[in-house]
Amino acid sequence: MLLYILKRILYVLPVAIGVSIVCFLLVHITPGDPLTAVLPVDATLELQQQMRALYGFDKPLPVQYGLWIWRVVQGDLGASIATGRPVTSEVFNAVKNSLALAAAATLIGFVAGAGLGILAGYFRGGWVDRIASFVSVLGVSVPHYWLGMVLVIIFSVQLGWLPATGGGPQGSASRSWDWDYLRFLVLPAVTMSVIPMGIIARTVKALVGEILNQEFVHALAAKGLTERGVFRHVIKNAAPTAFAVMGLQLGYLLGGSILIETVFSWPGTGFLLNAAIFQRDLPLLQGSILVLALFFVFLNLTVDILQAAIDPRVQRA
Amino acid sequence: MSLSAAIGQTPSPSPVVDAAVVRSPGYWTGVLRRLSRDPVAMTALVVIVLLLLMAIFAPYIAPADPSKGSMLRRLKPIGFPGYPLGADELGRDMLSRLIHGGRLSLLMGVTPVPIAFVIGSLLGITAGYVGGLTNTLIMRTVDVFYAFPSVLLAVALSGALGAGLTNALVSLTLVFVPPIARVAESVTTQVRGLDYIDAARASGAKAGSIIRVHVLGNVLGPIFVYATSLVSVSMILASGLSFLGLGVRPPEPEWGLMLNTLRTAIYTQPMVAALPGVMIFITSIAFNMVSDGLRSAMDVKS
Repeated sequence: MLLYILKRILYVLPVAIGVSIVCFLLVHITPGDPLTAVLPVDATLELQQQMRALYGFDKPLPVQYGLWIWRVVQGDLGASIATGRPVTSEVFNAVKNSLALAAAATLIGFVAGAGLGILAGYFRGGWVDRIASFVSVLGVSVPHYWLGMVLVIIFSVQLGWLPATGGGPQGSASRSWDWDYLRFLVLPAVTMSVIPMGIIARTVKALVGEILNQEFVHALAAKGLTERGVFRHVIKNAAPTAFAVMGLQLGYLLGGSILIETVFSWPGTGFLLNAAIFQRDLPLLQGSILVLALFFVFLNLTVDILQAAIDPRVQRA
Repeated sequence: MSLSAAIGQTPSPSPVVDAAVVRSPGYWTGVLRRLSRDPVAMTALVVIVLLLLMAIFAPYIAPADPSKGSMLRRLKPIGFPGYPLGADELGRDMLSRLIHGGRLSLLMGVTPVPIAFVIGSLLGITAGYVGGLTNTLIMRTVDVFYAFPSVLLAVALSGALGAGLTNALVSLTLVFVPPIARVAESVTTQVRGLDYIDAARASGAKAGSIIRVHVLGNVLGPIFVYATSLVSVSMILASGLSFLGLGVRPPEPEWGLMLNTLRTAIYTQPMVAALPGVMIFITSIAFNMVSDGLRSAMDVKS
């Protein structure tokens, strides 16, 4: 097991370094100088040079990368060009909000998707199966930003049950976990949950179908185990993979929340990214993408290791 | 396949076509016959063809000029005289804009996938067939890009490159190359290990003809099926980029962009504001169903 963990970590490290290089280079594929956004149009050449030296843009790229990554490892992602505040704290505040949203969405999606998947796997070809396939196709085909708008139209504009946008009655700063705040979470979380719902339903259905066809299930039934007892075995065998898929989905939702967060003005990383892009705030852009991508990489690693811990067969694969 | 997952999960580790079936004559006729007996896939295919025709002949079909507005007729409801599907926030005919919008939306949504299919297959098949250091170099680079959630990578790239149609196309293509390359590599590695490749080599076939006849013939099918499942993701992502202001720029009609500019209209004309999304939804679901039909017609295990 220890060897497996070590192997996985050794495999992930180069990927993480590669990810940091891509994030670093992002700033350099932008047309024009990273500083053009902040400098006044009539800035003297001398001032331009000064600023370039201040941000280190006058050094060769590998040196710049080395300096940048050294500070990143120490937890310093630089300062936002637009606000001057440290990027690290801006990103982590946003990550908290995004994580709350993504976790809620994953939970809803998992419960609904697993329920549908189990039913569909048990009653293959039946009407539950057809509904489940339909839901999976809908879930993966719907433009979720549009679904968000439609839900806002129905539940906020027409019915007035839930707030349309925002992170809470007094902004997101003083979050508490009562209904006053949670009602702001409902619509974005439900919108977002459609994505994992379809995927988890599909996965669980395939898993249950596969397990039901295995000999040990017939053996269990043959030795006289009740239907419920067999069911418990099926669930136990399907669980590790289902949870792994759920873990990965959390990472996707966190990284891919920008569209939904924009629709609902949810104060998370997507919202931050949006601001960074349109204010051409490159340190902020670079920092938030790096944090999100690395989070995703390490979430993958964790899921792999947990899966191997639960199911030793994974290690050999 | 989904937005996140299609590109996301370890993409179906072993989508290998039954090797015996592939080389038998009439394999493709068999696929087409099975596909034509799939009512869902055929309906979806008809929808796609109609959408394409609509986009191609937009200027002849659209009842009005999509860019001609009227300050007096802003945000009119569906069925308003002279505006069958209402008017948008600048008083432009929604029906005409939806018809014209299909041109850019389909162009942006569909094009990245075939380009990525070519690049990704090339990389993946090379890596899988040559193996060794070449494989390591290509696949580890692919892994780095694969490590980004797809939406994040698309937004990051087009955010850095700047808004615009070309930049959005480049970003989307780059998003789809890694997953296709991974599938291509895994299928090629499997095929390369099969006995008939050894047999071909033993009988004196050159590397070029082995790749052309024996590898490509067996490998392109599964990669193609996987690529078709990405078209619907690409549609959603492409319109999503325009929705964020990173793709097509106003006043050009494009479904994602229209959805964005109509966002504030949800309080006054909710039905009109939701229309562009319906078009994206229909397109994306149609591509998904054709892809699913193709998958089962070609008997590719997912």
